[in-house]
Amino acid sequence: MSSQKSRTRYKLVPPIALPTMGWMLWFLMIPMGIVLIYSLVMKGIYGGIVWQMTFENYERAFDWLYLKIFLQSLKLALLTAISCLLIGYPMAYVIATANQKYRSALLILLIIPFWTNFVVRTYALKVLFSEQGPLNAAAMALGFFSEPISFSNSYGMVWIGMVTNYLPYMVLPLYVSIEKFDFSLLEAGRDLGASSWNNFWKVLVPLTKPGIITGFILVFTPALGEFLIPDLLGGARSMLMGNLITEQFLKMRDWPFGSALSIILMSIVLISLVIVIRVWMKEEQTKVEAEAAHGH
Amino acid sequence: MATEHRARPSPPFFASLVTAGTFLLLYIPLFVLVTYSFVQTDLDGNSSFTWNWYYEAVADSSLQQALWMSLMVGVWSTLGATLLGTTAALALERTDFPGKKIFDALTLVPLIVPEIVMALSLLIWFVILKISLGGISIVLAHITFSFSYVIITVRTRLADFDHSLEEAARDLGATPWKTFWKVTFPLIWPGILSGALMAFTLSFDDFLITFFTAGVGSDTLPVKLYSMIKFGISPKINALSTLILLATALLVLMIFRPKRSMKTISKESGETSVPDALKALG
Repeated sequence: MSSQKSRTRYKLVPPIALPTMGWMLWFLMIPMGIVLIYSLVMKGIYGGIVWQMTFENYERAFDWLYLKIFLQSLKLALLTAISCLLIGYPMAYVIATANQKYRSALLILLIIPFWTNFVVRTYALKVLFSEQGPLNAAAMALGFFSEPISFSNSYGMVWIGMVTNYLPYMVLPLYVSIEKFDFSLLEAGRDLGASSWNNFWKVLVPLTKPGIITGFILVFTPALGEFLIPDLLGGARSMLMGNLITEQFLKMRDWPFGSALSIILMSIVLISLVIVIRVWMKEEQTKVEAEAAHGH
Repeated sequence: MATEHRARPSPPFFASLVTAGTFLLLYIPLFVLVTYSFVQTDLDGNSSFTWNWYYEAVADSSLQQALWMSLMVGVWSTLGATLLGTTAALALERTDFPGKKIFDALTLVPLIVPEIVMALSLLIWFVILKISLGGISIVLAHITFSFSYVIITVRTRLADFDHSLEEAARDLGATPWKTFWKVTFPLIWPGILSGALMAFTLSFDDFLITFFTAGVGSDTLPVKLYSMIKFGISPKINALSTLILLATALLVLMIFRPKRSMKTISKESGETSVPDALKALG
């Protein structure tokens, strides 16, 4: 890179980096370190702690009662990310291939709900699917069923909420990837006799993989720790990790247990990220090797 | 971009169908909310048009207070995040120092850490530091989760423009300070602005971190809205939500004005907004 030349070298740290470094240390690193410490001490009364080391909080977290909640959260986050990918890819493709005029209109249509307050969007879904809501009214008027059905208080409702809320996080990076894609490659593929499926699977998908990975991470990570959607749409029966942790902190005042739970959440996120990136790197590696074997 | 003028294939029919269906799914709930905000139902079940819920929402002093809180928190945290983000971006793009790679990687931490973990770690920290939960703790928390976004937008801008301009200014005898204000700053200004805008939006929208770090009586608008919803569905909430929706739509249309955005979407180096917002995501 030519930019290398004009960079000023510092033996220590440039003063201009100091404010942010200090801030990150003081409000990010130390607080997270403290969560780790809190997860290893005993609970005192009224949200206090007792300075005595214990693994009790972690042992308690592996009780089947809580393990079930972890698995449920993991399942729902995965399901959300996959649903978003399946819906988001065709959408991103449509937007990226639309002519310029429609393209910006479609992007704006996508960005408006994305920028709309999260609480408002979730509340809108709650109203739509409520027992006195328009969906029930319409279905009854059309004679689908005679009694209003309760959609809320179910994992299905939480899934709908998560997919509609997180979809733009998937579509936007996918759009960026597909937008950059050189479509003449598809023509070349077709000329060489590739079926549309092969063209899609072997040309378009591999070349838009950065978008897929980014989108997946951007949906999966927040979905795993989601609090608001299950809280407003799922009701008491569909508790997820985010709700469990919030409850420990704001209601039960058991900060050490809540800290242990959030350390576990962080670990799941990190492990998933590593797996996703590893799988991706491995494929890149085999591709490079294959190319090398072909004498490129 | 080179591929821009080449013909693009038309998407398969099912893809268009999925897109249309999903847009419906995204907009129907919002449409219902807006409609409900104008409907009044009397005891006999007859519905009629009304502005009442809007009067009630606007006259509610606790909502006014929450809006004011949101705006103040938004302004102060945007200032802080923009300052931190811009200086960090300059350090990362224009200097070399030992440990820079680690610093670079750490600036991404706020983007990866689950919101709830950041929320509770800050809550514990504020309690330990005896910072009372309220406006100040919320601002500190908001700066912490938003400065990374500013770093990304400003860096993109810094990486894009011609370095030789800065070098030329230096060669002509300008001090680093003067070079920054006369050359660098005017060029990265759009990046700073869109970073600041992003920080403000993030702050104004945030629910969870504010929920954890707000004390009694320091609710921002989203937190206030949440507690109203928990209390029960009321038409006043519909009116308030519609107002928020309207403000959002206006803001988006203002920033991504069709004429401008067409240009910016097609050219990476173009103005700001859409590509920068997208880059911040990708």
